[in-house]
Amino acid sequence: MSPGSAAARFLVAALACTAAQAQERGIPLDRLKSGSAFLGADLRDLQADDFANPGMLWVERGGKLWREPAGKSARSCASCHQDAETSMRGVAARYPKIDPASGKLLNLESRINLCRAERMGAEALRHESEELLALTAYLARQSRGAPIGVDIGGVARAHFESGRAFYYRRHGQLNLSCAHCHEANWGRRLFAETVTQGHPNAWPAYRMEWQTLGSLERRLRACLSGIRAEMLPYGSPEYRDLELFLAWRAQGLPVEAPGVRR
Amino acid sequence: MKRREFLAGLSGSIVLPTLPRAAGAQVTQLDPHVWAITKGATVKKGRVKLELPQLADNGNSVAMKVSVESPMTAEDHVRGIHLFSDRNPVTRMASFYLGPRAGKAEVSSRVRLAGSQRVTAMAELSDGSFWSDTAEIVVTLSACLDES
Amino acid sequence: MAARIQMPKQARHGELIEIRILIQHPMETGYRHDDVGHLIKRNVINAFSCRYNGEEVFRADLSSGISANPYLQFYTVAEASGEIEFAWIDDEGKQGLERQSIAVKA
Repeated sequence: MSPGSAAARFLVAALACTAAQAQERGIPLDRLKSGSAFLGADLRDLQADDFANPGMLWVERGGKLWREPAGKSARSCASCHQDAETSMRGVAARYPKIDPASGKLLNLESRINLCRAERMGAEALRHESEELLALTAYLARQSRGAPIGVDIGGVARAHFESGRAFYYRRHGQLNLSCAHCHEANWGRRLFAETVTQGHPNAWPAYRMEWQTLGSLERRLRACLSGIRAEMLPYGSPEYRDLELFLAWRAQGLPVEAPGVRR
Repeated sequence: MKRREFLAGLSGSIVLPTLPRAAGAQVTQLDPHVWAITKGATVKKGRVKLELPQLADNGNSVAMKVSVESPMTAEDHVRGIHLFSDRNPVTRMASFYLGPRAGKAEVSSRVRLAGSQRVTAMAELSDGSFWSDTAEIVVTLSACLDES
Repeated sequence: MAARIQMPKQARHGELIEIRILIQHPMETGYRHDDVGHLIKRNVINAFSCRYNGEEVFRADLSSGISANPYLQFYTVAEASGEIEFAWIDDEGKQGLERQSIAVKA
């Protein structure tokens, strides 16, 4: 079976799924592999090195920001949440999730900004700003090792379906869907790289290509750029919905943030 | 006149310019960047161990470890370790200066490599001798364009 | 400039101690271009030194050949109790300075 026809069969099967059958997984849970499995020993060791992992520079900064008062309330994150190592343990592994109050789908970044706006009277932090990256990395770090598990029921359902549709839809000049690479051809080579399964469990991650830490959203924009598709603006609902789908798809994989990736 | 004497004579009489390196040209003892340090002294192979992975996931950051066999005493120690690239735009990547207080002649860092190449590590010992090791590495480019 | 340092807080006299430092710095090579095609000016940490109770025990000349967020690991011998000081400077003249105490038992 050629990769092309395998991809076609995947797409047909995926698109034919109705909401009731949406539990069918492109990659079964027992075949999930984190991106780390596709790295060379150098970067894999670097990720595991709690000192030298460059992402830890942001985690450290995030720890400081956690305790810094901000906004009109002059409260810090710690004012309500105390010690993040306790209060935030395992939290990132359950995101994206629906905010019960507003009914909106939130990822870690938007959760941080919502708290800042509503509870601290502070300005939202810009996308990919050093402060937002630091806080996201710090929070995600508190979930290291925790298995990803998101809720796609209730209000989240529509977002999940939207994310799933995006995943299996073709985009850009190269006319590829995410599934073409990450479901039909993971483990195979694209030039000199081995295609991964495309999981979100190590994000935010220090990406060597960027020479800095970046968010999952940035990585998704990079993917769109790679298939010569329009990179939707930061904060687009498409990314949020896709993040929810990706988290569902990666159910059970341990959080590795801050990750180290190519 | 022997070749070595001729070359030694040259080093005293001319100022070596920073010559652009021909792509892929190997770093040798005659390289001006090496000569600036050795002043023409012979660089012997051995005593230095340069460790790089054989294949780099990304050329922006590659683990590098260089170590030199040396008792690191006041009488016998490593003065400096120099790293040269035969492909980067900047040939002399780094120089590490040690001395007896270093205790161990070993330095690790992460380096940028502009493509597959051979990296050379050269150590200068307290007795004025120079030793070197090389490591070949394949550096692959990212499969996808990233304009994020 | 943010930096992380890992080294023992105490050691026995004569013991070899391993020092690791990670500095947050872009180590801009000077060969990259921005979105509109302008060359981004080179700015790397070009010199780094480590002093133990005022005496230099390790020094490095660095270039764009060292990765962003530079990492260095080196050694020194535990002598007297006191301070180990790390100093560095980049092409723009910005300096970094960190200190860590060490207690050395006889």
